This record gives sequence, structure tokens and C-alpha cells, in this order.
Amino acid sequence: MTGPARTPIEDVTLRLADTVAWLTTPLMPEDYLTLINPLWSSRELRGRVEAVRPETKDVASLVIRPGRGWSAHRAGQFIRVGVDVDGVRHWRTYSLSSAPERGAGRVTITVKAVPGGVVSTHLVHRTKPGTIVGLTRPQGDFVLPEPVPSRLLFVTAGSGITPVMAMLRSLARIGEMPDAIVLHSAPTREEVIFGPELRTLASRFPNLLLHERHTRSSGRLDLSQLPDLCPDWSERHVWACGPTGMLREAETYWREAGVVDRLHVEHFRPVLTGSTAGGAGHVRFLASGREADTDGATPLLVVGENAGILMSSGCRMGICYSCTGRLRSGRVRDLRTGREYGEEGEIVQTCVSAAVGNVEIEL
Amino acid sequence: MQTFSEADVEEFGRELDKIRDDVIASRGEDDARYIRRVIAVQRALEVSGRTLLFASVLPPAWLAGTAALATAKILENMEIGHNVLHGQWDWMRDPEIHSSTWEWDLVSPAGHWKYTHNYLHHTWTNVLGKDRDIGFVLLRLSPEQPWHPYYLGQPLYNAVLAPFFEWGVALHDLEVERLRGGDKSWTEVFTQLREILRKAGRQAVKDYMAFPLLAGPLFFPVLVGNLTANMTRNVWAHTVIFCGHFPDEAATFSEEQIEGETRGEWYLRQLLGSCNLTGGPLFHIMTGNLSHQIEHHLFPDLPSNRYAEIAPRVRALCERFGLPYNTGSLLRQTARVWKRVFRLALPTPKQRPEPDAAPARLQTVPAPAGYTTGIDVLGRAPALRGASG
Ligand SMILES: Cc1cc2nc3c(=O)[nH]c(=O)nc-3n(C[C@H](O)[C@H](O)[C@H](O)COP(=O)(O)OP(=O)(O)OC[C@H]3O[C@@H](n4cnc5c(N)ncnc54)[C@H](O)[C@@H]3O)c2cc1C
Ligand code: FES
Repeated sequence: MTGPARTPIEDVTLRLADTVAWLTTPLMPEDYLTLINPLWSSRELRGRVEAVRPETKDVASLVIRPGRGWSAHRAGQFIRVGVDVDGVRHWRTYSLSSAPERGAGRVTITVKAVPGGVVSTHLVHRTKPGTIVGLTRPQGDFVLPEPVPSRLLFVTAGSGITPVMAMLRSLARIGEMPDAIVLHSAPTREEVIFGPELRTLASRFPNLLLHERHTRSSGRLDLSQLPDLCPDWSERHVWACGPTGMLREAETYWREAGVVDRLHVEHFRPVLTGSTAGGAGHVRFLASGREADTDGATPLLVVGENAGILMSSGCRMGICYSCTGRLRSGRVRDLRTGREYGEEGEIVQTCVSAAVGNVEIEL
Repeated sequence: MQTFSEADVEEFGRELDKIRDDVIASRGEDDARYIRRVIAVQRALEVSGRTLLFASVLPPAWLAGTAALATAKILENMEIGHNVLHGQWDWMRDPEIHSSTWEWDLVSPAGHWKYTHNYLHHTWTNVLGKDRDIGFVLLRLSPEQPWHPYYLGQPLYNAVLAPFFEWGVALHDLEVERLRGGDKSWTEVFTQLREILRKAGRQAVKDYMAFPLLAGPLFFPVLVGNLTANMTRNVWAHTVIFCGHFPDEAATFSEEQIEGETRGEWYLRQLLGSCNLTGGPLFHIMTGNLSHQIEHHLFPDLPSNRYAEIAPRVRALCERFGLPYNTGSLLRQTARVWKRVFRLALPTPKQRPEPDAAPARLQTVPAPAGYTTGIDVLGRAPALRGASG
């Protein structure tokens, strides 16, 4: 079986859409219908922002109603959100902070505005209710297993609390809070995202222990203090989310204790592969399954051709778009302007773009 | 004598690059809103047009419906389809409005057209033997094309081509003439032909069967309305496109002339090969902003709604360098196109052409260094490389 079976109603709808498509060709009926409600799209999962709630001075929660094609999430999972900033679509990943049980067809993401961040500052400070965003279905395995272990430990910092908040909300909702300890770091008490809610939960559930660490006054959490805060730490299943440095430290700490299999981490930032900008790199052409080395100055088109791939091209000077391919990873340099760019899924003109380090492209 | 050195050409190119960079740097939300609004208006117009046609027991409804549908089809073809397929909106990274995913309401598949138009025509603009849009292989629009008695009929061919322009474009994209030289195989042609038939079939079923049948007793009025809308769009597109390149002023080039062309020279060729049309904002939209053919050819991938804004800068630049900036009303340019169609139906005398063939304006253009006689519309002179270098 591939995918879930269709209900008879869905079957009829599909056949109807096929028939109506003869009237709308070369477009689809939904190309007209989505003008009435963008959430009806079946090609692209979308959501409507229904509310933007400030959490701290630079953090806000966005309540989103997903459209057609959504599937329920598990607490701790993330989605990708497509946001138009200055007319350009950008995709970023955000953990869902709402509990799946919350229902009512809405989910929440909680975003911290990163200084200079294109999408996060836009979402926190400039997004209005009614905005349509692109979405992907929830994914990720930073989730609690079934059944939930009886003793848990959460180590979080800053916006790293978001996936854990979804878990805590979910547990609270079900009403069965296991023995759980939350070690959360934030610069000050005011800057603790979900501070009041966390404190309320801790007072409501005697099983839930909250250690807030206000780093501006008390300094960063040193893992050597862990045995004092949580004597049985090595016996607990741990979910950790926060800055790269913190996660690296945790990984080392748990590995050295020989219990790294108990540690589950979620990174919010890509762990860079260390390829040098502008220098040599390696290109993988995913559709044709070939690979080639590059010097970082040769257009991807030429790299592909030299690798023996039947690359489609036209003007070879960046005007006809016959040569485009979808970027899967890595970044490229526009040879015309020297500008470095590239996000996963972005369409690249191979005739005027060179790889910056390692690149994967769907060609 | 005024001079137009190679350094000037490159300076001209740099100035144009600057205009391009300015537009790219300022592309944003307003532009995105513009194209989405045009698309929404176009689809609403189309739905209204078809709805009105269903009420065409009343003759005014038939007229209004046909007009709305024709307008929608023109917008879809010109301001939306043509420009989206040029990649003008690719920067938005919206898969719904992207050159790689767009399909238009014409019988020719968008993929074929992207190759023959975006690549062949825009790269080789007005280069004889390369730009297949010169006369669409069907017509003789440059005296450099050898004459043949076949061309005696070209006013008629052109008149027939206009209402069936979309079909002409579809067949044009097949490039059957390349079979002869073996540049293209029969297999390729057949594959493409199958794609055209599939696309054209669906198009025809929609306009000439499905909607008329749905209208029941109004089968005939709806059929005629749809046919009229398609033909109106075809004639309009044909007119605008021919005015962009083939009034008398536009220059043609030979392959040798453009060998080793620099970016500045490329810009220069685009400028000399294109003609603008004058009119108001609505007129510009209805031509898909091909009324700014010069700006479009200089910057084929900049959003069309920006051409009007940069046109004065391009024009000022042309004045500064003493280059022609060809522009005129639709009526005047159409008359010139037809004049050319008629004149070139006859063989061109071996000597100099009759005096009125080269408009006075162009003869006054100063000869750039290496150009023997200034910019001669009839394509003899403008060697883009200096004779000495
Ligand atoms: C699985 C996953 C889950 C995530 N969940 C959340 C979440 O729940 N809430 C949330 O706010 N973010 C979350 N993120 C991070 C989010 O995807 C973006 O990276 C972040 O919002 C910055 O995007 P931007 O467009 O504003 O910054 P960009 O414009 O991409 O970058 C601007 C600058 O900020 C730096 N930067 C990028 N990301 C971060 C970051 N995370 N922290 C600090 N500096 C950064 C960049 O290096 C750059 O210098 C998650 C990421 C992943 C991979
Ligand atoms: S080949 Fe034309 S844009 Fe690349």
C-alpha cells in the first residue's frame, strides 16, 4: 500500500476535479478556487496566521490554522514555514509549541527574533493575522516514546524550550505528568519564554521540577553541576535543545558517561560541514546520479557537462532560464554579481552560478 | 564627426547594468502584489466572461462576455504568461508563479516556447539565420533574406497568420526547417508534435466543445464567443509582437557581425533591434509591457511592471550616446510593419534601396567606430567590430 486508502467521497471529489479540469486547462480548478480561499490548495500545504501573541520582548507565538493536507503532529516535531519577506519566499524550520491535543484545527509556533534574521524578525515583528504562509507536514523524531518513560530530564536554553513546551503541554493535557525535571537557561527571568506557564505547571504538578537558570546573574549552566541538580541524571531519558555549544557539551558529557543512547537532541542551526567559501568543492547532481569536483569558479552548468551529464541550457548567460535546477544543499555564487546565496529548494541558474563548497542539486 | 568608440559601447553597457542592478535591488513586496493582483483580475475576468456567455440569449451579454474573455486571454498571454515564462517573477520563489512550472492558455506548450523564444529569439535578436522570429520563417522581413517568388504572397500569409497566431507559434516552435540540415531528427519533431497535439487538443476541447456543450441550447453563441476571444487575442499578440521588431527602424544583423560580441555590444544590438509603442498604463499592461520592447529586450528577466519606470532612464542614456530610441504609436508602427511586409514581397534592387527605406532618423545616427555608414536598418553596415581591430 502506498499511502492511506481514499474514502469514496475523496474518490468522487478527485474524479470531479479531473472532469472540471477539462474546463480550466491548462490550469486546475484550484487555481481559481484558491483565489477565494488560499487554504484550499492541494498542491501546496498552506496555513493562515490567526493570531500573533508576544511572549517576551523578542519572542512571539503564531497561531496558525493549517489548510488542506495537514496531518496531526506529535509533541516535539517541527514544520517548515514558507514566509514571503519583501516579496521573496523563504523557508525556515520551527518546532511546534502547541500540544497535539489542543485541537480546534490550530497549531502554534514560537519564534525568537534573531538579530539580523530575515524570517524570524519578520514573523515576530511584522506579521499580521490573516497572513498566508506555506507549511510542510510535521516531521522529526525529537518526540517522547510511547509509553512515556517514568523519569524524564529536559535540558533547554533560550528558544530551545519550544519543542519541550509542546511535550509538557501535552503531558499536562493528558493529566499524567511523569517524574520530570526541566533545566532551562535564559538571560533573565523576564526573558524565559513561557515563564509564567512553566511556573504554573510546576506548581500544579508536584512531579514536575523546574530549575530556571538566569545566566546574566548566575552564569551559564555548567554540566558538572548536573549531579547536584539531578542526582539520577544518568538514569533518565533526556531531551536537550538549545545553542550548538550547549548541545555539543551535552553530547560529550553523556558519551563519556556511556549513556549517550539516553540523550535526544534537537539542533536549531545547521552544523556546518566546514567547506571553504569560494574554494574547491564537490557537486552532486542528484537526478543524474553523477558527481564532480569544482574549483568554485566554474559554472555548475559546465561542471555538469564536463561530468558527462546532458544538461539543458540555452543562452548560457543568465537570461533564458533553460538551465535551472533545484538546490538541495549547499550554497552557490552568482558569477555575475559575486553574491553568495542558496537555500534548500531554491531554483538556481546553473549557467551563471558556481558552487561555494559542497553542493547538491536536483539535475 | 561624432565618435562612438568601443569604450563608449562598454560605458553604455555599464550604465545599463546599473539600471538593472537598481531594479533588482528594489524588487519587493509591491511587485509581488502587482503580479498576484493581475493574475487574480485575469482569472476573475475569465470566469465573468464565460458566465456572461452562458447568458448570451441576450446579445449584449454575448458581446460583454466575449470582450471579457478576450481581455482575460490577452492578459493571460501577454502580461502574465509571457513574462512569467521569461523568469521575471522567479525571484519570488513562488512555485505557483514560476517559469519552470507555468503553463499558458495557448496551443503551444510553454516548454517549447521557452526554448525558441527565450533562448533563440532573445539571445540572437534580429540576427539573420539565427533569430527564427524574423518573419517567423514564413515571411521575408529583411532585404538580406534572399527573395523567392513564394514571398509575393506574403501580405496574404501575414493576414492569415494573425488570427491563427497561436497555431503559427506552435508550429514555429517545431523548427521543421532544421530537419533539412539534419540539425533536428524526425524523432525529436514527432515527440514535440505529440506534445503540441496533446496540449492543443485539450485547449480545443475546452473552448470549442466542453464550454459550448455545457451551455446546452446556447452551444453556438458560446462556441463563436470563445473562437472570437481566441482570435482577438491572436491578432492582438501578432500586432504587438510585429511592432516590437519589424517596423522600418529596427536593425537586423548577420552572424559575423555579432561574433565575439561583448556585453555592451549585446545591449546595443538589443536596443537597435527593438521598437517601443506609446500609450497609457492600461495599454502597456494589455501589451504585456511589450510596448516597452526596448526595455524588455535589454532586461528580459526584470519584472514587466518596472519597464515603464526605467524607460526614461534608458531613453536619456540613448540621447547621451546619440543612439536611436525607436518609439511610435501602435497605429503608426503597424502601418510601418505592413509597409515592410508589402515592400519585401518584391525583390530588393541590388543597389542602394529606395531612399525612403532607410528612415531619416536613422541615417542621422552617428557612425560608431567601425560602423561603416552609421546604423543602416537594412542590415548591411553595422559591423560591430572595428575594421582595424
Ligand atoms: C529543527 C529546527 C527547529 C527550530 N525551531 C525553532 C523554534 O521553535 N523557534 C525559533 O525561534 N527558531 C527555531 N529554529 C531556527 C529557525 O529555523 C531559524 O534558523 C531562525 O529563526 C533564524 O532564521 P532567520 O531567517 O531569522 O535568520 P537568517 O536570516 O537565516 O540568519 C541571520 C543570522 O542569524 C544567524 N542565525 C541563524 N539561525 C540562528 C539561530 N537559531 N540562533 C541564533 N542565530 C541564528 C545566522 O547565522 C545569521 O548570521 C529551528 C531550527 C531547526 C533546524
Ligand atoms: S542557459 Fe540561460 S539562463 Fe542559463
